[in-house]
Amino acid sequence: MEIEVLEGVFDANEMIAGENRRLLDEAGVYMINLMASPGAGKTSVIMRTLEGIQGHLSGAVIEGDVAGKVDSEQIAATGVPAVQINTGGSCHLEARQVNGALKRLDLEETDLVIVENVGNLVCPAEFKLGEDLKVMILSVAEGHDKPLKYPLMFSESDVLIVNKTDLIPHTDFDMVALEKTVLKMNPGVVVFKVSCRTGEGLQEWNSFLVKKVRDAKQAAACS
Amino acid sequence: MHELGVTESMLDVVLRHAARNRATGVTRINLVLGDSSTVMEESVRFYFDIIGKDTIAQGAELNFRRVPLKAKCPECGEEFQVVEYDFTCPGCRGTKTEIISGREFQVESIEIS
Repeated sequence: MEIEVLEGVFDANEMIAGENRRLLDEAGVYMINLMASPGAGKTSVIMRTLEGIQGHLSGAVIEGDVAGKVDSEQIAATGVPAVQINTGGSCHLEARQVNGALKRLDLEETDLVIVENVGNLVCPAEFKLGEDLKVMILSVAEGHDKPLKYPLMFSESDVLIVNKTDLIPHTDFDMVALEKTVLKMNPGVVVFKVSCRTGEGLQEWNSFLVKKVRDAKQAAACS
Repeated sequence: MHELGVTESMLDVVLRHAARNRATGVTRINLVLGDSSTVMEESVRFYFDIIGKDTIAQGAELNFRRVPLKAKCPECGEEFQVVEYDFTCPGCRGTKTEIISGREFQVESIEIS
């Protein structure tokens, strides 16, 4: 006997992502899901972003790593609330883990939660967390040919931050080719070119983010 | 890379529906897998053989129906298959196209005994 099921395998995750969304909406909090390869500069971008939004927004960070708490300690040392999730071998964060972490943060005192996903360009793209914005980082040293190798990540992200632009003179990195490929895959993507080392381009990214968070708060207040 | 967890979720869905229908065995699982999903068929089969053991779904045949990545252009209404992740509308060159299929991983039906 055949029984119709029609149930998505990711439905359970998406249901919890929906719960996360409700938690965030109730407290008026904006959440970004930051994804990149290991070493692309996720933690550096977070540190620079927290500096940049200081005085405008109050931030908190959820750190996802396979093991260890190096990143959350580094962030907590700056006085910003940080919660560490250790996935214990899993290559991505799931909504359930973020749900637990959100409950450990004081959301009423927070405007922006930055979730640092596990370093990986494949799996994190598949799992919704309840975020407002998917942001990915590609660092110059990884090469401009990555979009067609990891298409889901590049086509799902709302924002692409190209980090370590100070290295461009030392490499064959072709920014024009990168943008051309990415915009075909994802015409709506917003691209920022930054160097966490020199600070170049970070102001544009920070202003964009502050505006996004404020616009979302305003839209929620009007609805 | 994450197929163990994904296969566990798939098995949960299957066993839940099987129990609801008072099945004593599951002989076939019909799955729909979009071409742009990162889930790999071979890995799901591999993990299913291991974690399906000692459940009523042990030995069930996994049947994958692949779904191409397709998008629709809201401007001219064209529906097209996306080749090499180029989402530009082939009809009007519009860029605001939306995915209509190709992302899914779904349990479509199960055959039970």
